[in-house]
Amino acid sequence: MLEVTEKFRGAEIFVRCLKDEGVDYIFGYPGGAVLHIYDALYKQDAVKHILVRHEQGATHAADGYARATGRPGVVLVTSGPGVTNTITGIATAYMDSIPLVVFTGQVPTHLIGNDAFQEVDAIGITRPCVKHNFLVENVNDLASVIKKAFYIATTGRPGPVVVDIPKDVTADLAEYHYPETVEMRSYKPVTKGHPGQIKKAVALILAAKRAMIYTGGGIVLDNAAGELIEFTRHLGYPITNTLMGLGAYPGTDPQFIGMLGMHGTYEANMAMHHCDVLIAIGARFDDRVTGDLKHFCPEAKIVHIDVDPSSIAKNVPVAVPIVGGAGSVLRDLIKALHESGAKPDQGVLAAWWGQIKEWQSVDCLRYDRTTEVIKPQYVIEQLYELSGGDAYITSDVGQHQMWAAQFYKFDQPRRWINSGGLGTMGFGLPAALGVQVAFPDHLVACITGEASLVMCIQELSTCLQYGLPIKIINLNNRYMGMVRQWQEFFYDRRYSHSYMDALPDFIKLAESFGHVGMRIEKTGSVRPALKEALGMKERLVLMDFITDQNENVYPMIAAGKGHHEMHLSPERELA
Amino acid sequence: MRRIISILLENEAGALCRVAGLFSARAYNIESLTVAPTEDPSVSRLTLVTGGSDEIIEQITKQLNKLVDVIKLMDLSESQHIERELMLVKVSAAGTAREELKRLVDIFRGRIIDVTNTIYVIELTGTSEKLDAFVNGLDRKLIVEVVRSGVSGIARGEKSLRI
Repeated sequence: MLEVTEKFRGAEIFVRCLKDEGVDYIFGYPGGAVLHIYDALYKQDAVKHILVRHEQGATHAADGYARATGRPGVVLVTSGPGVTNTITGIATAYMDSIPLVVFTGQVPTHLIGNDAFQEVDAIGITRPCVKHNFLVENVNDLASVIKKAFYIATTGRPGPVVVDIPKDVTADLAEYHYPETVEMRSYKPVTKGHPGQIKKAVALILAAKRAMIYTGGGIVLDNAAGELIEFTRHLGYPITNTLMGLGAYPGTDPQFIGMLGMHGTYEANMAMHHCDVLIAIGARFDDRVTGDLKHFCPEAKIVHIDVDPSSIAKNVPVAVPIVGGAGSVLRDLIKALHESGAKPDQGVLAAWWGQIKEWQSVDCLRYDRTTEVIKPQYVIEQLYELSGGDAYITSDVGQHQMWAAQFYKFDQPRRWINSGGLGTMGFGLPAALGVQVAFPDHLVACITGEASLVMCIQELSTCLQYGLPIKIINLNNRYMGMVRQWQEFFYDRRYSHSYMDALPDFIKLAESFGHVGMRIEKTGSVRPALKEALGMKERLVLMDFITDQNENVYPMIAAGKGHHEMHLSPERELA
Repeated sequence: MRRIISILLENEAGALCRVAGLFSARAYNIESLTVAPTEDPSVSRLTLVTGGSDEIIEQITKQLNKLVDVIKLMDLSESQHIERELMLVKVSAAGTAREELKRLVDIFRGRIIDVTNTIYVIELTGTSEKLDAFVNGLDRKLIVEVVRSGVSGIARGEKSLRI
């Protein structure tokens, strides 16, 4: 019998690959080089396409989708400017290790290198900000490259992968086989920790007199919150999370002593400074976390668990390095702790908690609650209460981001979605869009500032098209608040270009995009307005809170200072 | 401080750029770099000379290992190894200088591989140090061109870098 093998165009193969990979949504923007692909998308409905208004928005939306769901975010853009517009979003995902697969159209293979219309060297321009990238030169490679792209993006330390597809490849014919598995001799991420190292770690952890657990985004990325909770509760040690790790351990749990770092809590930073054993898991000792390395954890022996060997001992010397996935290593640690039968010395631990309670009594996040002018912290507290602490919160970058991290207590992972590493203003709204696409019935709020918000404001249009009822909490202080804060502290109040002049009327702006706009100017109106907005379940509401222009983020560790050198607000400096 | 790192790399377009880009992005120094396919055409071998403290070298090897195209690598300078570099030098060789140049080439066990009335092209292989010594031994005024290949290296004895 003659075997007939069916052949498909590259564009159809592309869509079939996404389907077989289980992709439900892609975020994209069409153009010349991807017209065959858009035609193939038109003919099916398994893979749904969200049309953004700018390619940067597509990458942030896919990024938000990935952070909230744990599944890779998928982007499709055209060549040239389509690619260059994605760079900020790709770099954002790269810094925070978010799995994205970004498909970029390319000019036909015979025109590559010819300065063709809308040609850019996508592989070259994205190389420094991707985990890996591919140029597909032959339609027969398309399916296997796509499989590899998803595999690389989602395994080991996750990250964005770019696949550049020339237009002719999407027109050429080939048979379709989507590989079941991937085997790459040059890419074999380690997941399981070394048993000898686990043993050493357990001994060190149990012998600690003043232990501290410090965890980051790695716990969230590896879905290891359950293991972290079991581990932390078993030991009874205090725990802090990085900005990227919030929600991995419940923010309302008594063992949680707040975020650490530049705007972390006094107690978390003091506990870091005075601990004798530091258990770091899925965190990378970023400069905003450590402060001046000369003063960092001077008395601590450090256990560092990370899936990326290059994160270990990069900034800080480590006593017990363990390369492996957070979840796998935590399971092994828990098992070893149970097997040892030993528990930390309860008397010593109680003394350590006594010290921490003393630091907590400073009440470092206190702010003036008596003003009529709205304090931004109050807005977030009210949002926290009214949402039952259960919202997905995205943020942009600056003061509002720090206040959100300090005042919204995340009890679950994947609920706090912000650009931690790259610090990308403009991230919040499109990220919220991606989250709302994934969870259409859940409350998604974007806590932002008037400077960040306008950076990707065009995505309000996308939100209308797909009926995404995001709640935008615009903490409008008419300043780039964090820039102003640094200028106040370190540049003798010379507010160079940090004042936002000629701002739009945000109510009209929201309305012109077909949404609801609200302006809130007094503390007393905050709660009722939030209630009203949260009640509008079908509508996007842009809430413009006119907040105190002079409010600063405290506590703060100035650049070049250690964890023990925190500033509280000026009225209440520490001895 | 000076390290020789040998890398087995997927022989794919752009793979070399990933290695070179890593060094520039992270402000590591590359002293020399050579690359060519091995007996298996799908694999290139790259030899890279760099420098830095032990911590920096550790980061360099970890970051290199992280590149998806890097199959395997070895820090040759961690153990007994052989290193070689090839150099071609074009010198003015007229009049009395001719004899002196010939003697110097012999002392360094080099070869003169091209000759005209006024020019010698000298070929010399050895460690980078030996090549430096030869160049320093030449009268600067006579040097027309110096071409060096960069270091290639291999471990001594049983130790090997292979897939």
